[in-house]
Amino acid sequence: MDNPYLPFQVRIDDIIVESEDNNLKTFKFVFLNKEDEVKFNYSAGQFAELSIPGKGEIPIGIASSPVEKGFLKFTINKAGVVTTHLHNMKVGDIMGIRGPMGNWFPWSTFEGKNILIVGGGFAFTTLRSSIIYLLDPANRSKFGNIDVVYGARTPGMLLYKDELVEWEKRDDINVHITVDNSDDPDWKYNVGFVPPITEEKAPQGGSDSYAIVCGPPIMIKFTQPVLEKLGYDHDHIYLSLENRMKCGIGMCGRCGIGKELVCKDGPVFTLTEINKTPREY
Amino acid sequence: MKVIKIDKKDWAKGIKALHKAYGLIGPVKEKEYFTFQVLSGGTIPDLEFRNTRLSPKAVVFPQSEDMFEYSLDDSREDHHLLKEVEKDYSPRVVFGIRPCDAKALELVKMNFDTDEYKDPYWLNLYEATTFVGMACDSPCSTCFCTTAGTGPYHEEGLDVLMADNGDSYLAKLLTDKGEKLATSAGWADSAGKSDVLAAKKTAAEAKIVSTVSTEALSGKDALELYNADFWEDVSFACINCGTCTYVCPTCWCFDIQDEVHGKSGKRMRTWDSCMFPIFTVHTTGHNPRATKLQRVRQRFMHKLKYFVDKYDKGIMCVGCGRCVRQCPVNIDIRRVCETMNSFGSDNTCAVQSS
Repeated sequence: MDNPYLPFQVRIDDIIVESEDNNLKTFKFVFLNKEDEVKFNYSAGQFAELSIPGKGEIPIGIASSPVEKGFLKFTINKAGVVTTHLHNMKVGDIMGIRGPMGNWFPWSTFEGKNILIVGGGFAFTTLRSSIIYLLDPANRSKFGNIDVVYGARTPGMLLYKDELVEWEKRDDINVHITVDNSDDPDWKYNVGFVPPITEEKAPQGGSDSYAIVCGPPIMIKFTQPVLEKLGYDHDHIYLSLENRMKCGIGMCGRCGIGKELVCKDGPVFTLTEINKTPREY
Repeated sequence: MKVIKIDKKDWAKGIKALHKAYGLIGPVKEKEYFTFQVLSGGTIPDLEFRNTRLSPKAVVFPQSEDMFEYSLDDSREDHHLLKEVEKDYSPRVVFGIRPCDAKALELVKMNFDTDEYKDPYWLNLYEATTFVGMACDSPCSTCFCTTAGTGPYHEEGLDVLMADNGDSYLAKLLTDKGEKLATSAGWADSAGKSDVLAAKKTAAEAKIVSTVSTEALSGKDALELYNADFWEDVSFACINCGTCTYVCPTCWCFDIQDEVHGKSGKRMRTWDSCMFPIFTVHTTGHNPRATKLQRVRQRFMHKLKYFVDKYDKGIMCVGCGRCVRQCPVNIDIRRVCETMNSFGSDNTCAVQSS
C-alpha cells in the first residue's frame, strides 16, 4: 500500500525574493529521485503539502506550470511556523513535498472559450501556473481570448514582474496590472482596486466566457457583483478556496465546508457550488 | 453461517491457545471502569461488562500514533529524510467489541479507504484484526442502536458474534477470519443452536426503548438546517470540552504534528476535535468556525446531515449513547437529531394550509 503521507524528497534549487517587504519568496525545488517527477503529475490549479521535518507541513498552491519541466515552484508568504522556517532555509537544503493534491481549473471545459483571470495579492500563484499553461504554444490555440486583471498593494508587491512585463508585450493575452497605490512616479499601469479595474477593463461574460478568481476574501466579495454585472453566470465563475489543512487527502476532517472538503473536493469550486455550502472558509 | 457453542469452562483454555497465534485485546476492569487493553500472556478477557467509557476505536486508530521518524543531524547521510516507523501488523483479535462499535468501524472505514487514497495506518491495523463481538442483552438506558442503523446482535463489521447463554457462549462465525480463530482456539467442533441465538436477538432488540428518527434528514435542505435558530439553544450550555468527540466511536478527525527531541524527530498523528477553536484557525488568525455555536453545529451537522448526504449510508452515529452519558452539560444527540429531523415540518403545514 502506497503511503500518501510520505513526501517526495526534494532539494531547494533556487530562492527568489519576490516582494519589496521580503515576505514573499519563490522557492524552486528539484526532486532528489528523478522518477518522482513523473509521479508528481499535476494540472494548473492544484496544490501540494510542503513538508519540513521537525516543523510540519503546509498546503501551498503550485506556482510552476505543468508545461515547465524539471522543477516545481511555490511562492510563499512568511506567516507561521513552517513558512518562517522555510524563509530561513538555503539553496541546497533538503525537505519534502506531498502531492499533487485537490482538483484544478477545468481546462477541458475552457477549451474554445474566452477566459478572464482575476487575481489579487499573493494568491496569484496558481494563476501564474494557469497563464503559463495557456500561453504554451501547444495550448494557446485551443482557447479563445485571455484577459488578466492582477492587482497588488504597491508596484513592489507584484509577483513575477519579469513575466508580467513579457505578457504585457504579447498580443495573444490582455494583461491589466493595477496597484492600490503607486509610489513609483514612472508607474505606467493602472491605479485602483481590482474590482473597479475589472469592471473597467474586463470583457463581457456570456456562454462562451469563464472567469477564474483568486485573491483575498475582500477582493472576492467585491469582484463577484462586478462579474455578475458583466454577464458571468455563477457556474461560469471559478474560485479557489483555502482552509486550514493537515492531511490534504480528505481524511483528517478539518477543511470541510458542509459535505465538501476543500482539500479533496476542491480547492476549485464554481460559485454555484460554493453557494450551496455554509461557506465556512 | 455456523453457530458454535463454547463452554465457559473451556473459555480460558481456548484463550490460552490463541495467545500463541494472535495478539489479544479485550476489556479489562480497572477500578470501576472497563477499558480495552492488550492482554498480556495468560490474561483472560472479562466479558462481564456493560459498556466501556471509551469506544474501542483506538484498536485500529490509536489516540496517538507515530508515522515517520527522522534525524536533523546534518552530519548524517540521511538527515531530514522521513522514514517509515516499523509497525507490528501481525494478527490480532479484539474480544468483546459491541456490535454498535463494530458498525462504527465500518462507517469510519469509508473515510480511510477511498478510491483515490488509502490510509495505510488505519487499514493495516484493521485488516490485521479479527473482531469478536459480544452481543448486548442488558442495554444502558441511553442506548438507541436499533434506530441508528445497528442493534444489540448486529453483525456488520464483525468476524464472530458471541452471546452469553448461561454456562456457555454461543458464537456465530461470520467470516473466514472468524472460522480460523475458532479453529485456533479449539472451539470450532461443538455445534450451537442458531434458533436460541435468534430468540435472544429478538428479546434483546425489544429492550432497546430509546430511539431517534432519521428518515427526514436526507430530504432537508442543508443550508436551512445550518441557518436554523435552534443551534443557539443546542449549543448554549456547551463548554467545548471535546469529550463527545473522544468517546465517540465514529469520530475520526486527527491532527498531524512534528515532535523533536535533540536531533531526532517524529511525525505523528493524534485524535483531534472539531470542538476546539484551533482545529480550523488559519495562520492569519481568521477562523471560519470561531464561535462555540459554529463548532457544535459542525459536529451535529457532520454526523446527521453532511455524512448522510455524502455517503447515503444513514447517520454517522451508531447509538452507543456514550456522548449522552458523558457530556458534562447534558447535551443529548437524540434530542438534536429529533429537532433536525422534524425541522420545518410545522412551516410546511402552514404553507400548505394557507
